[in-house]
Amino acid sequence: MPVDLLERRLLFVTGKGGVGKTTVAAALGLLAARHGRRTLVCEVDAKGALADALEAGPAGYKPVPVRDGLSVMAMDTEESLKEYLALHLRVPLVARIGSLARTLDFVASAAPGVKEILTVGKLCYEVRERHYDLVVVDASATGHIVGQLASPDAINSLVHVGAVREQTRWMLDILQDPAQTGVVIVASPEEMPVTETIDLAARLSDSTRVDLAAVVVNRVLPELFSRSEEDLFERLRSEPWLSRLRERVGPGVDAVLDAAELAVRLRRTGAEHLDALRRALGDRLPMLYVPELFHRTPGRRATGQIAEALGEEVGL
Amino acid sequence: MTPPDGPGTSPGGGAAARARRAEDHVPTPVEQLLAAREVVIVCGSGGVGKTTTAAALGAKAVAELGGRVLVLTVDPARRLANALGLEAFGNVEVRVPDEAWAEAGVTPRGELWAAMLDTKRSWDDLIVRHAPDARTRDAILANPLYTNITGRFVQSHDYIAMERLYELHASGTYDLLVVDTPPSRHALDFLDAPQRMVEFFGSRLLRWLTVPYRSRIVSVASKPFTQVADRILGSQFLQDIAEFFTLFQTMHRGFVQRAEAVSRVLADRRSTFVVVSTLEAPARQEADYFVAELARRRLHLGAVVLNKVLPPLLLDRRALEAADVLHRGARDLAAAINGELGPVDDVARVLGEVAGSFRDFSLAAHREADERAALAAAADVLVAVPHARRDIADLAGLLRVGEALWG
Repeated sequence: MPVDLLERRLLFVTGKGGVGKTTVAAALGLLAARHGRRTLVCEVDAKGALADALEAGPAGYKPVPVRDGLSVMAMDTEESLKEYLALHLRVPLVARIGSLARTLDFVASAAPGVKEILTVGKLCYEVRERHYDLVVVDASATGHIVGQLASPDAINSLVHVGAVREQTRWMLDILQDPAQTGVVIVASPEEMPVTETIDLAARLSDSTRVDLAAVVVNRVLPELFSRSEEDLFERLRSEPWLSRLRERVGPGVDAVLDAAELAVRLRRTGAEHLDALRRALGDRLPMLYVPELFHRTPGRRATGQIAEALGEEVGL
Repeated sequence: MTPPDGPGTSPGGGAAARARRAEDHVPTPVEQLLAAREVVIVCGSGGVGKTTTAAALGAKAVAELGGRVLVLTVDPARRLANALGLEAFGNVEVRVPDEAWAEAGVTPRGELWAAMLDTKRSWDDLIVRHAPDARTRDAILANPLYTNITGRFVQSHDYIAMERLYELHASGTYDLLVVDTPPSRHALDFLDAPQRMVEFFGSRLLRWLTVPYRSRIVSVASKPFTQVADRILGSQFLQDIAEFFTLFQTMHRGFVQRAEAVSRVLADRRSTFVVVSTLEAPARQEADYFVAELARRRLHLGAVVLNKVLPPLLLDRRALEAADVLHRGARDLAAAINGELGPVDDVARVLGEVAGSFRDFSLAAHREADERAALAAAADVLVAVPHARRDIADLAGLLRVGEALWG
């Protein structure tokens, strides 16, 4: 089945903390840009990790280009509100927005969904205005993403009149169109990330009409041995071969064999979690595998390698 | 340090533990910490193993020190519930059954309890407690905004976690509370939650919001605000907000007092913080930030826990040399040692893979060692928990982690 991931216009990349969500978002952006798509990567939880992954300067609300066809920005709901007011209200009060924005930001942090919709609204706006071919969002972690994606619906049911309600309609048109918008969940082959991925996939289809586009499994350990080689390996660790190895290689060989055994075990545990993930998600959903990069020092080079791995997975 | 499931590890209690409690026993720093404190708050960035660490600390404390210990978690893996011998657990505290301890082969010296933070339920309880009368209570509980705020408003988790902690501590039911903190957007948001609640209740904003509802007269001061807000949100929504906050304001005093009490518990000498991190660069940087932030707030840093640490054998120089020899001479070695082992090509390939894998993991371990050195300077107590070879499926597994945490 062809993966049309990068043909979409808006990708929300989410996942449990620690799985490499930001790196994968940056890598998807890099991959799209390398294939000629004008791409914006937006960090929602402004921690600065996105800038690190691309070795760019700190990102702000105004997108800055980091290489050909690739720009980055950091979400800022107050800025988003200002932009929104300037675009839609055209009231003399806009002059006083300075203090009003702060006040509204405070309302936004108390009233449900307002902050979320300012985020989602800005992203949809960039898509609608075709400033970019693709907007990749380094989105909230698994716990918060559904609230964010469901915010236009929530606002719709709470707010009955007013400018905000008028705005939610076109956002929903973009968000709920699988040809335009998709969610990418990043997981690693470990218990909790897999469990959260399965839960999130269910919650996405229960509480939103946003399409789950793909699951990226990051940090997959290499398979060291085939079944028969594994038998060989086991026997190598027993006599008389172990003594022969020690004689020729030195006493350090025990630690080397132990380390390989650890690697085999880690890989096996990970594979069990991946099986569970595949069983739960079914085979219609694309799963993209990114190998563990042992040489990985986070930065542009590592992000580039992940982009390459993802490119192979989607057939680019 | 004992590997988590190395041979001969006795999980927690038993004769070994009792022997260690003999008179000449010198308690480890983590043991001392759990014996001396009443509240342990476990924090760290997402995915580092906070929940497991909290549960393992609690289980180990029960096995070694006794008393009634409650582990309060936010979002436990189903497997963790099973590991504790529970089908599931919710807002109400449940006791880990004797069978779970028997299965682990340990006689607990106290009681282990577990509870999960149910944000919605806890908010409801809070409203019921603080509402001045039944009508206000019912009006708040039925308000659509209330449901939305408690269910989705991220900061409400932070506040309620601290509120639950206070309540449990004040009840005096438990000797030790181990709290797994919610995954905040910003690392230490939960610490500010009580204070933010106080500020919110005292804010001009709240007065603004409630003015039109209270007096039906839009004051001069709030006019520009309501005008813009009206156009953006619509007046019906504003009215809903106003009604909700007006109701909420009746509980002002109760909330403010409570929030201040919660802040006092966090800063109390009986409370301590345990920062959990892996040796991945991003997690480690966040741990650095946690440690600095705790110091800035004059909160007690009990220990830094390094989780999922690769074993030290990967740093062994002789092993690295051996891996080099294997790598370069895989074919010759395969031929030399073979006997009836298998086809030389296959043996050579296995030896090559073994060497390659060691080099890969050794590289990762060296990077971890650098990260570890960066953290070691920041904390007096630093304990490392090795990479678990398999998932923690039972209490014995948790106690193995606890053993490593004990240091």
